[in-house]
Amino acid sequence: MTESNLTLNFGPQHPAAHGVLRLIMELDGEVVTNLDPHIGLLHRGTEKLAEIKPFNHSIGYMDRMDYVSMMCCEHPYVLAIESLLEIEPPKRAQYIRVMFDEITRIMNHLLWLGCHGLDIGAMALFLYCFREREDLYDAYEAVSGARMHATYYRPGGVYRDLPSEMSKYKANKFISEKKVKKLNYNREGSLLDFVEDFTDRFPSLVDEYETLLTDNRIWKQRTVDIGVVTPERAMQLGFTGPMLRGSGIEWDLRRNQSYEVYDELDFLVPVGVNGDCYDRYLVRIEEMRQSNLIIQQCINWLRDNSGPVMIEDHKYRAPKRDSMKHDMESLIYHFKHFTEGYSVPEGNTYKAIEHPKGEFGVFLLSDGANKPYRLKVRAPSFAHLAAIDEMSKGHMLADVVSIIGTLDIVFGEIDR
Amino acid sequence: MDSEEYSKTLEERFHQYKIDVSMNRANPEIEVNHEHMIEFANKLKKDESYEILMDVIAVDFLTYGDVDWKTNDATNTGYSRAVKPTIIPDIDETFKERFAVFYQLLSISNNQRLTLKVFASESNPPSVPSLVDIWSSADWFEREAFDLMGIHFEGHPDLRRILTDYGFIGHPFRKDFPTNGNLEVVYDEEKEEVVYQPVSISTRPTVPRVIRDRND
Repeated sequence: MTESNLTLNFGPQHPAAHGVLRLIMELDGEVVTNLDPHIGLLHRGTEKLAEIKPFNHSIGYMDRMDYVSMMCCEHPYVLAIESLLEIEPPKRAQYIRVMFDEITRIMNHLLWLGCHGLDIGAMALFLYCFREREDLYDAYEAVSGARMHATYYRPGGVYRDLPSEMSKYKANKFISEKKVKKLNYNREGSLLDFVEDFTDRFPSLVDEYETLLTDNRIWKQRTVDIGVVTPERAMQLGFTGPMLRGSGIEWDLRRNQSYEVYDELDFLVPVGVNGDCYDRYLVRIEEMRQSNLIIQQCINWLRDNSGPVMIEDHKYRAPKRDSMKHDMESLIYHFKHFTEGYSVPEGNTYKAIEHPKGEFGVFLLSDGANKPYRLKVRAPSFAHLAAIDEMSKGHMLADVVSIIGTLDIVFGEIDR
Repeated sequence: MDSEEYSKTLEERFHQYKIDVSMNRANPEIEVNHEHMIEFANKLKKDESYEILMDVIAVDFLTYGDVDWKTNDATNTGYSRAVKPTIIPDIDETFKERFAVFYQLLSISNNQRLTLKVFASESNPPSVPSLVDIWSSADWFEREAFDLMGIHFEGHPDLRRILTDYGFIGHPFRKDFPTNGNLEVVYDEEKEEVVYQPVSISTRPTVPRVIRDRND
């Protein structure tokens, strides 16, 4: 028998593939020599679909880009439209957006931590992470009515102001009054009270995750010195977000190219040293703590300051329900807004935000019509996944799973 | 140095490449001829330290500025005007060429963004030099632009399709490619397998495309 390399197919239906990733791997024994990712199994042509719809109709599609950090995907899209229209949302809307961006960051990192842990053997963590995500989904639901695909941001602000009360559990023949009371303990006040209760509890919960992992021998064996990327290569490969910071480059769009109200908020940008899976884990853990601080600052500001959450210009927003019922002009605006939409001046723009996974950018080219002429989404995971070949070469087959986990990929945005 | 000044210095420093610098919302946008592109991109990376290539965006300008509902007289055909498929015109003379590629560059050390714009050659397939040797991240971005827009990147080591199906024909993001595609898959009960057939639906725009000025 002659020795030769083994070609192995991984995915697209594999629990560690984080979606529909198909890898064609060439193995020498148990060592990976070549790795060719086949993507596109979730390609829906969102950018083409956006070309046949008025601008506002595509906001909901953006949620489905990275379907674990929904509002962060809407954000650059509405920023790009605002930049072409040359409008700016009211301050309160900007604070609400920042608060929900950070809530989304925690949601994303919790899912990442749970799944990454599950992939390389830390079962219990998955359950803890999903327990906390539940509260954040409730915050999404309270504000937008949808637990996942919120469609909450609008060009010129957000859809509506924060609700003054939370929905509550009700007793039935399966759940007793006593249990309902316990379930509702943090739902008596407004949404802000509910989120504040979460932020009070969250730091100690992160401590719990760290107790399970940070000094865990098995966790370190699976992550330390796996998938090392030097700072030079990280920039060459187009890395952004925690992948870039894990390699030791201090670059955060919230800090360096501040958008919305991030320049008024106080937070730190964690940076790794070695650029391996373990450093990227530490960076993301610290980011959750920092996001928690940002949310607390937003809550304090939102409590003290009221005001509009949407611009007043009727060219770009739907009129108020009440005036629509009584005023002829408003009725016309309402009809026009939801059928034809608004026309966006000619030009192109590229707007990017610090998405939990990296730089999520939207390139929008308008020819002056009520629909985008060309929309292109810059998905951070796309660039990260492109580097998987380089990162995995020379590692064992089992380490490929660690590397897929550390990339934090979601196929909604890679395949678009 | 503010961005206006910065774009002026860029223009002076690189005038030998026949670049056209304009400002696009505080960021310079540079149009460069594809013959000088590789040299110029190299300079941008080495001398201006644009370390990261963020994105490669291909645009098809075929139907730029077309509208569905353009009419001057009253009509009794009403809504069906927009149902007609968009008429594909000849290449508009206001654009030198049909396909353009936009590169989004980021300099971390100078905290500066820059857009590089290049029109593809008029040949078939339209082509642009590949930047893989300068920025490794161009690899997949160029594969994507090739797959969806049919732009050939000269010098790319591995220009395969990336997002569309195995054996897909055509380039779906071109403006003359119908939004609902050409082929659909169905389960054939007689053959007991999944087969391809021409699509059975036709394009119906839900909202007509209109262009309005601000004071309309």
